[in-house]
Amino acid sequence: MLLEAAGVTKRFGGVVAVNAVDLAISQRQAVGLIGPNGAGKTTLINLISGQLRADAGAIRLAGADVTGAPPHALTARGIARTFQGVRLFKGLSTIENVLVGRHVRMRADALRRLWPLGIPDRADRDRVRALLERVGLTGRAEALAGELSYGDQRRLEIARALASEPRLLLLDEPAAGMNPAETGRLRDLIRALIDEDIAILLIEHDVRLVMGTCERIAVLNFGRKIAEGGPAEIQSSVAVREAYLGSEDVA
Amino acid sequence: MDEIGDFLSAYSTLIALVGVNALLALSVWVTLYAGQLTLGNAAFMAIGAYVSALLGRHLGTPFPIALVIGAIAAGATAAPLGLTVFRLRGVYLAIATLAFGEVVRVILLATPITGKGQGLNGIPPTTEVWHVYVSLAVVAYVLWRVQGSTVGRAWAAIREDETAAASQGIPVRRYKLAAFVAGALVAAWAGGLSAHLTFSIEPNDFAFTRAVQILVFAVVGGIPNPLGPIFGAALLTALPELLRPLKDYRDILQGLILLLVIIYLPRGLVTLAQLRRTRRLQEIGAADVA
Ligand SMILES: Nc1ncnc2c1ncn2[C@@H]1O[C@H](COP(=O)(O)OP(=O)(O)OP(=O)(O)O)[C@@H](O)[C@H]1O
Ligand SMILES: [Mg+2]
Repeated sequence: MLLEAAGVTKRFGGVVAVNAVDLAISQRQAVGLIGPNGAGKTTLINLISGQLRADAGAIRLAGADVTGAPPHALTARGIARTFQGVRLFKGLSTIENVLVGRHVRMRADALRRLWPLGIPDRADRDRVRALLERVGLTGRAEALAGELSYGDQRRLEIARALASEPRLLLLDEPAAGMNPAETGRLRDLIRALIDEDIAILLIEHDVRLVMGTCERIAVLNFGRKIAEGGPAEIQSSVAVREAYLGSEDVA
Repeated sequence: MDEIGDFLSAYSTLIALVGVNALLALSVWVTLYAGQLTLGNAAFMAIGAYVSALLGRHLGTPFPIALVIGAIAAGATAAPLGLTVFRLRGVYLAIATLAFGEVVRVILLATPITGKGQGLNGIPPTTEVWHVYVSLAVVAYVLWRVQGSTVGRAWAAIREDETAAASQGIPVRRYKLAAFVAGALVAAWAGGLSAHLTFSIEPNDFAFTRAVQILVFAVVGGIPNPLGPIFGAALLTALPELLRPLKDYRDILQGLILLLVIIYLPRGLVTLAQLRRTRRLQEIGAADVA
């Protein structure tokens, strides 16, 4: 198993945002994570990526216990993520954003740069440009990240996450704000990444995107995992239907 | 050539002072560039000034070595202090570092070897103008090169969004600490140079007003690159001299210029050279300094 979360729990005051959730992801696997608003999906990603510390439970990455490890250490170990609300470095250019994403794979070059000649990070810049091309942002390399359209910002966040050469990529609603054509390209990209041995945990409200990319889907409701299985199984699950209908009744 | 020579000798103190203040402005630039508002550099300057002056006086330590030891003393103070204060952000961080400055000042006021309130007098005027400008050139060059490195990019990322920076694999606290210690080293170096320029130092030279003055140099000059603080320090140090003929109106005019710069060039003088980029940054609401 690449990632194993066992009994992971997170409370915010009285709310149990994530309640004793087990989740396993193996290499080359895309797992979907769905559930109504407030179900605890983002919280679970924050726990896996180290932004939040679990109140109970354990998380293992490639067999090693990483419970409570800080986010920067987890990135170095191969977990990368995007944010539901898009958190780019707005005042930096597109290419600089991706270079920051490559931080853990770059040799520190502050000392080498004291010598005025040569570009010590040329190889990294080439890789970063290739990533920009891959997500379709070549023409926007020098634009400030904050100037990009919403869809471009989402793609840039994915490029930035990929720059750290992750083993596990956590995507929090990557298709939000994308039009159908963009979502289609995103689906192709996700499939290509899986073929390149990157495991993916995909949170998405666009059910078709989840069904079209993930071989396994976990469903959260009120912090609990209420179902897990293949797309067909989930689609026919009574519990899942009730969770969604129930939430619509409330809303 | 004679005229230039006359000018240099008449104004050599001012010229040296411009260089020292530019170094101080660069010392706070490092933390500002990483988005951290710290006000401890007057205290680090004091540590550099007192340590180097006392070493020269009591142990006869050669000047350059005394400067180095003064800087190391400040860096060694900054490291544990930074570990503690970088739990804080924004104004809380500013106030905590300011409080540290007050503690240093009070210690200087109470300690016999630092001359208490009288401070130290008769410090040999060892600092030459070229010492100041070679130091400035080296510090500015190093900071400029570091800005384009993985370290400089990490600082910028922390300024823009700490959470996102951490999730790119940047150990945020460690990078903030590095900026803080680097700033302390530069401030202490400037302190040592200035102590051997002015014959005497006393605790109140390094009080609140000095801390704010250093910050104003940097902010008026601008944070986008290390040239900003140098311009800011040069302008604000030379301005009172240039305005001297205006006598009574001098302070008013100086305040007015400061106000105009802050209002019309809120990101500093250097943004004059990149107005377009600055406008774009403002439109997207990118992080200001600190
Ligand atoms: N930092 C926080 N402090 C307090 N409560 C929080 C915090 N983060 C999340 N919550 C609460 O935890 C619960 C789960 O929130 P979470 O954001 O994980 O849901 P989600 O499944 O991602 O929802 P959405 O689909 O709307 O993004 C919600 O009740 C939310 O209000
Ligand atoms: Mg969410």
